[in-house]
Parts: sequence; structure tokens; C-alpha cells
Amino acid sequence: MTAGEPVLEVRDLHVTFGDVRAVRGVSYAVRPGEVLGIVGESGSGKSVTSAAVMGLLPPSATVTGSVRLRGQELIGAPEKRLTALRGKTISMVFQDPLSALTPVYRVGDQIAEAVRIHQKVTKEQAMVRAVELLDLVGIPNPGQRALGFPHEFSGGMRQRAVIAMAIANDPDVIICDEPTTALDVTIQAQVLEVLKTAQRETGAAIVMITHDLGVVAGFADRVLVMYAGRPVEVGAVDDIYYRMRMPYTVGLLGSIPRVDRGGRQPLVPIEGAPPSPAALPPGCPFEPRCPMAVEECSVAEPALLEVGPGHEAACIRWADVGVRPPGRHAAQAAAAVRGGRGAQEVVLRVDGLVKQYPLMKGSLFKRRVGTVHAVAGISFDIRQGETLGLVGESGCGKTTTLMEILELVKPQDGRIVVLGQDTARLAAGDRMAIRRDMQVVFQDPLASLDPRMTVHDILAEPLRTHRRGDTGSRVRELLRLVGLDESHAARYPQDFSGGQRQRIGIARALALEPKLVVLDEPVSALDVSIQAGVINLLDALKSRLGLSYLFVAHDLAVVRYIADRVAVMYLGRIAEIGQVDTVYDGPMHPYTQALLSAIPLPDPERERTRRRILLDGDLPSPADPPSGCRFRTRCPKFRTLAANERSRCVESEPEVRALAQDHGVACHYAEKLEVVQNHEESHP
Amino acid sequence: MSLQEEELAEELRQPPRAPSRLRMVGGRFFGSTQGRIGFAVLAAMFLLAFVGPLFSPWTYTDKDFTAFLQPPSAEHWFGTLQTGADVYAVTLRGMQKSLIVGLLAALLSTALAATVGAFAGYFAGWTDRTLSWITELLLVLPAFLILAIMSPLFGDGQWVLFVVMLALFLWMVTSKIVRGMTISLKQREYIQAARFMGVPPVKIIFRHVIPNLSSLLIVDATLNVSAAILTETSLSYFGFGIQPPDVSFGTLIADGAKTAVYAPWTFWFVAALLVVTVLAVNLIGDALRDAFDPSAARKVRR
Repeated sequence: MTAGEPVLEVRDLHVTFGDVRAVRGVSYAVRPGEVLGIVGESGSGKSVTSAAVMGLLPPSATVTGSVRLRGQELIGAPEKRLTALRGKTISMVFQDPLSALTPVYRVGDQIAEAVRIHQKVTKEQAMVRAVELLDLVGIPNPGQRALGFPHEFSGGMRQRAVIAMAIANDPDVIICDEPTTALDVTIQAQVLEVLKTAQRETGAAIVMITHDLGVVAGFADRVLVMYAGRPVEVGAVDDIYYRMRMPYTVGLLGSIPRVDRGGRQPLVPIEGAPPSPAALPPGCPFEPRCPMAVEECSVAEPALLEVGPGHEAACIRWADVGVRPPGRHAAQAAAAVRGGRGAQEVVLRVDGLVKQYPLMKGSLFKRRVGTVHAVAGISFDIRQGETLGLVGESGCGKTTTLMEILELVKPQDGRIVVLGQDTARLAAGDRMAIRRDMQVVFQDPLASLDPRMTVHDILAEPLRTHRRGDTGSRVRELLRLVGLDESHAARYPQDFSGGQRQRIGIARALALEPKLVVLDEPVSALDVSIQAGVINLLDALKSRLGLSYLFVAHDLAVVRYIADRVAVMYLGRIAEIGQVDTVYDGPMHPYTQALLSAIPLPDPERERTRRRILLDGDLPSPADPPSGCRFRTRCPKFRTLAANERSRCVESEPEVRALAQDHGVACHYAEKLEVVQNHEESHP
Repeated sequence: MSLQEEELAEELRQPPRAPSRLRMVGGRFFGSTQGRIGFAVLAAMFLLAFVGPLFSPWTYTDKDFTAFLQPPSAEHWFGTLQTGADVYAVTLRGMQKSLIVGLLAALLSTALAATVGAFAGYFAGWTDRTLSWITELLLVLPAFLILAIMSPLFGDGQWVLFVVMLALFLWMVTSKIVRGMTISLKQREYIQAARFMGVPPVKIIFRHVIPNLSSLLIVDATLNVSAAILTETSLSYFGFGIQPPDVSFGTLIADGAKTAVYAPWTFWFVAALLVVTVLAVNLIGDALRDAFDPSAARKVRR
């Protein structure tokens, strides 16, 4: 920890919107060069806190307390003084880089503008500085890119540009509000690296707001955990991760699926949902969900208590809160099931699937200017009772694959065989039968439920469509199955929390007792504590009802937890496919290795010692994929090869070849590399 | 689940009856004061229009040659017109016509707009092109002129044809809006979910697309009631539309306007009834929109 006077000191900050108390007494201080992580679930008030610090809240908000920036009080300061400070002494990096940049101005001009607002320099000097900054944040060809518009930048590039803007005036404090949430893992790793560089260059203090405990573990010096608008635990990063004293922190860490944990151990979700800020319980806000709650907890809200040097927790029973529950004893039972593959019936087979979109130009006379190769020949199969995780970053073609399967029509090339029926030769009746046996759960639980229908109607729809009688009792049965109350049937989707909505989505998918369920990122829109409950539910339902899952996700940790087999996709091709533990413990494709090493672990010690394989640049456009191996332009392996070896990568596209039993890799020079050490091995 | 949610769940507990949409919407419609008042007033209007004439000794064709342009009295409750016709009888007769023409034409045109727009937007391709072509064709046709030319056909007992023709020239703009909204709705995941469940397209349109446009459609229908009554009024004013000896609000207002200053009863009764009718329809529209929209209830509850 860096000594010295704090640059930013927040004391007893309260924010109220009408009678909703969004933030209730937040205090923290950051010193120069220090990184403070603020962690919390959605609605915990973490973003409102930072907006209050920046003075960016709407006039309807009432802010009390004190925010001191280098000794200057910001709360109640005139707008003019705030404007002078914003961007100069304190700057902010937002979550969505697209909306943080003005679409109609060149990126370079926007950064130069940030420079010129606070420094007396000429236009030319500002532009030179902008190019320097772009270079600093790792944008290749900065001189040329500075003339580009925001829409010409990819998500990661835009976030770099926003960071460049934030550090343009050498600020003392940078507030980052979920800076990597909208980005893919490999890009996230790059951006975090840029943030570290930026901090080194400016010596600024960083306040990092995030819901991802992994990101904070490797990045922050101190962590503040927020719940229901209040800090519930504050401490050095190691204290929070290894010596936590607040049951909420324990629950949060226990509910994260970890990429470094094999052998399927059930996650420990936190019961219930966070309280609404409009109706807080009288005592400790976590009391209704707390496994250790005693009567005393519901009497009064506990204050932050000193539980160790520089470590505070808001729990009256902090002394009884043990270190992280190991959760190890529970079950490698599922491992047995994973062994015997082959005997089971194949429920889904995809063979050389190809999907291309024409790229059209012109508004009146459309002409074809190119082809987007969204999916370029992929093959996999799923057997009865098995879960295949299809993972990859955005733009890799996983959703296209899924849609092709769900459409049940003849693909452009290749074959899709669902439950023994080739989709190219389906009669209407057979298609209807498959629609009954194959169901889908979508990513956004609110968007996938008709807002104008009651839960009863939503759940009854598949039953009515396929003429199953007695919908009333079946709906009640389904609600019980997914852990909801029967009386919920009369409510509308919007009356539920995110996790409950996803349970409704799952209940609808299960209404017809399908054989195959296609899950499109079913948990990525949910908070971690809720996510764990849904994952556990999916897992329990699978073994109970003998389902097969095709699980599409970008989160490799979730996939490790739920899938039996995994297929890693890159730019429309499968890079690596095989048993989950085989792939995660010994990935052989350089892309899988990079992907796995980019995932932050919620374990500060290991995060610090880990070697990270950083990929260069962004995903190439699927309209113009590189010749030969599609990954070669970003491949760390390719760079180590001799010229004669490289020609093979450039000339021929590698096919997936089996390198071990049930482990296929599409790389000419595949070799094993351990990138995530297994958790059990390192902590015996 | 929080305590508050549990209480809420308790409130809504009604296990034996399946809480389907129709029942929920109905319950919420009649649960709101607006809905109840609107419905009661409109029902009273209908009752007055169809049962009211039975209590009067005069019919709308009768003329009292002993009383021209007389103020309301025991003999003539609403007074008489210049021709000696009883205002009460004539007004109620006019209301019968206007209520039926206005409401039916509005419902028909909104239904047409919703169906055509949703089909065009959902199916795209040739369906879209054909339906859009028809919509545009009707948009450029001079509605008033055609209705005027066809007016001889709207003689005795032909009011159904009149309603259809009125509706036919009211729906196009809404249909264009519906089409656009359907195209964006089609990308929604719940529509996709229904499609992948095997729900036939036509059912998806009526079950998911149109209910999700209900706010727009209800506002449109409410506006159309006034629009239809006014179109009918203006047509009748020029002597097209409802033909004498039959009367409508339109013909009555047209006639009454001339004598309104010195014989207010010839105008004000009709005008007041028209205003009350349109108001009731608007109340019903508002209540229906809130009943269909689950988020509206929350605002009320808070």
C-alpha cells in the first residue's frame, strides 16, 4: 500500500432519489497510486456512488456527506469549479465505450479536445498529444487511427480511446465504472493491462467499480464490498479474499464458478434476492439472505466494525464468520458419468455446418460486395444426457450456429441431425415433433418472456401449442419444479427479479419434457449470487429429467462448471473440442490457452503470480478471414515458429484432429500447456 | 424472496382459477375507476339510445304541427325543431346511428390496421409488398369523394355498408405504424421463443405481436371513434352519409347549428350527448390500455 495523503476522500456519502435511499453512508479514501476496488451486485449503489463523486447525478438526487479531492470539498461546490476539476484532476472511464464517444467526431479530435479544455495548447500540439496518448494505450498506427471515427473502432479499441481521454490531463484519480464488463475476456485482459500502464504513467489513484470479483483480485490493493447501498466490508485485497468477516462476501465468493476448479462441485448460491432500496428491512439488509442470521441481526443495522488492521466488516457475528468454506468435500460424483461416452444415443449431430451472409451495399440497387463467413464448417455431436458447452468470444459464430440448429431448415452446407432426423428432409409433422423435443432458453430473461402475458399464459403456451391437456396443474407443477411459488402464475414477468425470470424461462423450456435444451447464455445477464442458483437448478434438472444441453456461453468458468464436453470456437471454426477437464487442464490450441489465461481468478495470490498470454489486436472481420489458419494473425505460437513452419499455417487451414481420446484440436502445432493450475493441487 | 413480495404473492393467491391474460385484463379493467365509469356511461348511452324512445309518445318521423321550435316542456321533453319534430325522439334516433356507426367503424378500422400491418410486418416478402401496395393505394384515393359518390347506396337499412366504407378509409396510417413496429417486435426473443416452440405464425401474430401493440391500437381506436363520428357528421352535413328521413348526430348538429343561438335546445342536447359519448369512449380506452399494460398497474399502486 502506498503511504501519503489521500487524494480522494469520501466520508459518509448519502444519496437519495425521492424516498429511495440509493447510497447510505459510504466512506473511503484512496492514496496516490492506490487501486481501490468497489464490488457489488446490480443495485448495490456502486455506480451511484461514483456518479455522486463526479457530481454527475441528476438534480432530483439529494447528496449529503463529504467528498474531498486533494482537500477540496466537492459536494455543494459550484458547477464551474467541478467542471474545472472533471477531466483534469479526476476523470472517469465508463462501461459502454460506444456511448462515451461522440459518434460524429474523429477519435483524435475528441482526445485533443479533452486536452485543450484544461491546457493552454494549440490545436496542433493537442493533436500531437492525442496521438501520443493513443500510442500509450496500445492502439496500433495511432497517427492514422486518430483520424478514424468511433464506429470504425472495435469495442476494445474504443475503450482504449476512452482511457486515453481519461488520462489526457494526468489526473490524480481515475474512476472506472465497469470498464471491461462489455468486453470479451481476451480484450478485457488487454484493457486491464492498458489501465495498469495508464496508472504507471500518471501515478493516479484508481477507483475500480465492478461486479467481477476476478477483475478486482488481480488489480486492486484494497477492496470495498457494497450491499444495499452500504459498504459491508472494507479491507486489503487479501483480507477480503482469504480472511473475510462478512457472510455476504463469503457468499459472493462461494457462488462464483471458477475456471480453475474441476470436478464439478456444487456452487453455493446466496438465497433470495437483494432487497429493493425502497423497502429495506429494519435490521441488517443482508439478514433475510444470511445463513448465519440470528434474532439480533434484524434489530438494528450493524455499523462497520474494526476486525483487523485496516479491515472492517459490518457484521455483529464477524468473529464467527470462518474463512472461505472449502466446498471441496462435495462430490466428484458426477465425474463417473463423464467416463462412458459412446453408448448413449446421439441427440444432436452437426456436420460441416456452413452459414454465410451476403454483404450488401447500396440503398436502391443492392449489390453484393462480399460474404460474411459466420460459420465455416463446424462439426460436433451431443449424446443423451450430455452437456456440450459452445464457447467463444463475440463474433465467433456461436449464436449463428445455435440459430441454424433452432431454425430446423436445410443449412447452406453440411448437415444438422436433431434427434435422429436430418433437418434437410423434414416433413411438417416431424418438424413439429422436434419443436416439442427441443427447447430453448434465451440470454435475457426479460426479453424472452412476453411482457404482456401472465406467467400462467407463458408457461401454458407450449402446452397449448402441442395440445397437452390440463394446463393448470402442469403450470403449477412447473413452477414448483424451478423453485417458484404456485401463486406466481398470476403475475407478469416484470414483477420478478432477474433470477426468477430466468427460472420462468427454464420452466417454459421444460413444459413439454424435451430431450434437448438449447441454452443461449442463460446466466450471463444475472448477478453472481443469483447466477449460482440458476446454474445449480440447470444441473439438478438435467440429472433429474435426463436432459441434454447445448450450452452456449462466453464465460468459460460457467461452462467448466456445467458442461461435460466443451467446444471452443474462433471465427466460425472450432478450435478445440473435448472433455471439459481435458481441455481446461491441458489446452492444446493456442487460442484456448490464451482464452483460459485471460480469465481473471477470484484469488489475488494466484492472480499475481499467473502468467497471462495476451493476444494482440482484435478478432479479424469474418467477412475477410485470414488465409490458412484463421487464428494465425493473433497466434502467439505462430510468432515463435520458423519461416518454413509458418508457411503451413498460412497455406492450409487446420482441421480438427483427435489428439487424445475425445480431444480434438485444430492446430498444426498443438501442444499441451497448463494455463490454469487446478485449485485443488495448489491448495491441498 | 423479500417479505414484501411474499405479501404480494399472498394477495394474488387464487389457485383454483387459471390466471390467464383475458381474466387478468378483465379484472384489472373493471378494477379501475376509470374503466368502471367509462363502461357505465357508455352502457347508459346505449340504453338511452335504444330504450329511451319507447318512453316518448313521439317517434323521430312524427311532426307536431302545433309546436314549431318550442322550448322543452312536459309535452316535448327536449323541445321541438323548426319542422315540429320532437328533439328528444330525433336526438335518440341520431344517437343510435352515431353510436353504432362510430364504434363499429372505429373497431373495424383499428382491427383492419392491426391485422394488415402485423401480417405485412411479420411475413415480409410478397405478403408485405402486396399489403403495402393496397395500403398506399387506399391512402391516395380521395376518401370523401368516393363516399360522396357512393352515398345513394347508403339508403334505408344500408348502414352496415356505410360503416364498412368509413372504416375502409380510416386504417391506413395506423397500419403503416403497426407494420414498422411489428418488424422490430419480430426480432424480440419472446417471438423467437414462440417460433422455436412451434407456434404457427398466425397465432404468434394474434397472441404476441398485436397484444404488445395494444397501447397504440387502443389509443388509435379511441381516436377513431371520434374520427368516425366526425366523418359521418361532415358527410351527413353535406347531405351524403345518413339519408333523410333518418337522422344522425351529424345532420342534427348541422341543422341545430343554424338555430343554436335563439333556440339552444336544438343544438345543446345533441352536442352534450356527443361530448359525453366521446368522453366515455376515451375513459374506456385509457382503462383498457392500463389493463393491458402490466407496467401501468405499478405506477397506480405506488
